[in-house]
Amino acid sequence: MVQTLVIHGNEACVRGAMAAGCRFFAGYPITPATEITELMARMLPQVRGVFLQMEDEIASICAALGAAWGGAKACTATSGPGFTLKQEGIGWAAETDTPIVVIDVMRGGPSTGQPTSSSQQDVMQAKYGSHGDYEIIALTPSSVQEAFDLTVKAFNLAEIYRNPVMVLSDEIVGHTREKIRIPEQVEVVRRKKPESSIKDYIPYRPTSQGFLDGMPTFNQGYGILVDGQLHDEWGIRAGHKPDVSAGLVERICRKITGHARELLDVEEYRLDDAEVAVIAYGSPARPSLRATKEARHTGVKAGCLKMRILWPFPETAIDQLCQRVKKIIVPEMNMGKIYREVERVARGRAEVISMPKLGGEMHTPQEIFEKIK
Amino acid sequence: MHPLADKYLRQAALPLIFCPGCGDGTVLNIFLRAVEEMDIFPDLALVGGIGCSGWLPTYLRADVLHVLHGRAIPFATGLKLTDPRRKVVVFTGDGDCVGIGGNHFIHGARRNIDLTVIMMNNGIYGMTGGQVAPTTPLHGRTQTSPYGNIEFPFDVGDLARAAGATYVARWTTAHPKQLLRAIKEGIEHAGFSFIEVLSQCPTQAGRYMEGTSDPGELLTLFKKRAISVERARSTAAQDLRGRIIVGKIHHLTEKKEFSKTLYESFPAEAADNQDHP
Ligand SMILES: Cc1ncc(C[n+]2csc(CCOP(=O)(O)OP(=O)(O)O)c2C)c(N)n1
Repeated sequence: MVQTLVIHGNEACVRGAMAAGCRFFAGYPITPATEITELMARMLPQVRGVFLQMEDEIASICAALGAAWGGAKACTATSGPGFTLKQEGIGWAAETDTPIVVIDVMRGGPSTGQPTSSSQQDVMQAKYGSHGDYEIIALTPSSVQEAFDLTVKAFNLAEIYRNPVMVLSDEIVGHTREKIRIPEQVEVVRRKKPESSIKDYIPYRPTSQGFLDGMPTFNQGYGILVDGQLHDEWGIRAGHKPDVSAGLVERICRKITGHARELLDVEEYRLDDAEVAVIAYGSPARPSLRATKEARHTGVKAGCLKMRILWPFPETAIDQLCQRVKKIIVPEMNMGKIYREVERVARGRAEVISMPKLGGEMHTPQEIFEKIK
Repeated sequence: MHPLADKYLRQAALPLIFCPGCGDGTVLNIFLRAVEEMDIFPDLALVGGIGCSGWLPTYLRADVLHVLHGRAIPFATGLKLTDPRRKVVVFTGDGDCVGIGGNHFIHGARRNIDLTVIMMNNGIYGMTGGQVAPTTPLHGRTQTSPYGNIEFPFDVGDLARAAGATYVARWTTAHPKQLLRAIKEGIEHAGFSFIEVLSQCPTQAGRYMEGTSDPGELLTLFKKRAISVERARSTAAQDLRGRIIVGKIHHLTEKKEFSKTLYESFPAEAADNQDHP
């Protein structure tokens, strides 16, 4: 039976995580993500899952990473300053092929910024926040329903790609209450166990797809070395071996970039004959859609491309769009971060207009409509 | 090769990263003996921090996490709580444990989670080339205290005990038998066990602070300076200056262990999660 609920986006993230099999959460309170931590504290013990309030965000992600190797689907949630503290752990996860879900309910920054206001200022931190070359996957819900759906998807992608996956929510999504529908059963990707025997198991030997033989749980006899230093196929340090270490970095990056097509998740509204396109993600996707509808009423051929997965960036979809439209508008609750990505893909073929918005509120449909006209 | 090395070491990872004469090799040797005598190899889950000492577990064919500088205890906490039957041992250095990782250390101790933390204390940051550590003696000369250390060092055993650790012992690499016993006791103890090992660092601490890079001489210094907790109790404070108090400093069995408490705290009606992930 489908369950209909009126809840806020933070609760939807928790329910999504629970449905996807999350059984370990470690967090530290921070506005506007705190409700996620509080609800996890209530819900996880009900399924004999582990909840921990750690001493800080660094400890939280590290505990979750330890739990991932202990056999749990693990998660942590935070906002701006806490997201920054987690970055070293995110890099460790990417480097060691560890599945982990990190929810960032974005608030205004920089620094402690605007705790109770919304923003999309962490989109680059999500991709580039840790040091070195690596890739992540980031999903951007724009509604409470999507907060649920995309959190489930985040857990599944973490298992498939064995990689850190971010849910980039924002304060508006996090605190808006809306009606959502929760199906009785959601599609859940189970953790893949190693196919080879313990004797033949080589933890970091990739298949032709760039994936690894499954992920063993600790204490099942595999004797696996999981090392944050660049390593060879057995996990043994190889920083002093240029080819081996370079090969590892290339593999962990290609694992994501090489599957950009499978990771494409955009919604298109009336782009077939559009001359003006709005490209949006997260909260501003909703006024964007509304503005395009209004523009159509006035006879302007406008359409909207909404990104549900922001990273890897949907280059091909945007590239094709740039061949058809004259003008692209990018409304964002930041100074114009993804605008630059779109500009890069457009290479002058379409006029790209940034619509930054700071202060905590998203754009009104009217504001976007004015730019479309 | 030594039979224990044959049995437990990850041959492909050899040779050891440690300098000749480093005390961490002794700790590895003694840890292997403890594993052999306790027959616990399949239950081991090892976590190493970053520093020379953090490399120690990577040489064992057990399941090992080699993590981030200072963060071994939180990683170990997650690992332990997913299955409290694991025997989780953390290998850390003085800088890793109480410099960058100080906050995690006191909170791990506060929770009294069943981890065995073996901290190799060489009084200096070894891996990065001999900088001042939170354990460097006052006036000690290092690369970042060239005119002598002006900060007071931590007594990490005191810190552990004050924070809530329930097993605390300190030995040096010149006390292999006692250290073996402490490691075994620490692993057996259900609670936060902290074992500090003064471990000679001929390359950095020896050369710059002690005036000798001869490991034998450094071991002799350990022996000379060591004084048992029992004797230390009846010794005047001024006579303890420069001495290393060794022995079992603290052992408390009444305080409840954290992972046990956590698993018992699940509501009675809680659904089984065996189905996951
Ligand atoms: C965040 C971070 N800061 C600094 C370093 C560099 N670093 C590596 S090992 C180390 C010192 C280790 O000293 P200690 O814990 O005393 O261990 P030892 O090498 O002496 O065994 C430092 C500062 C790092 N790896 N990560």
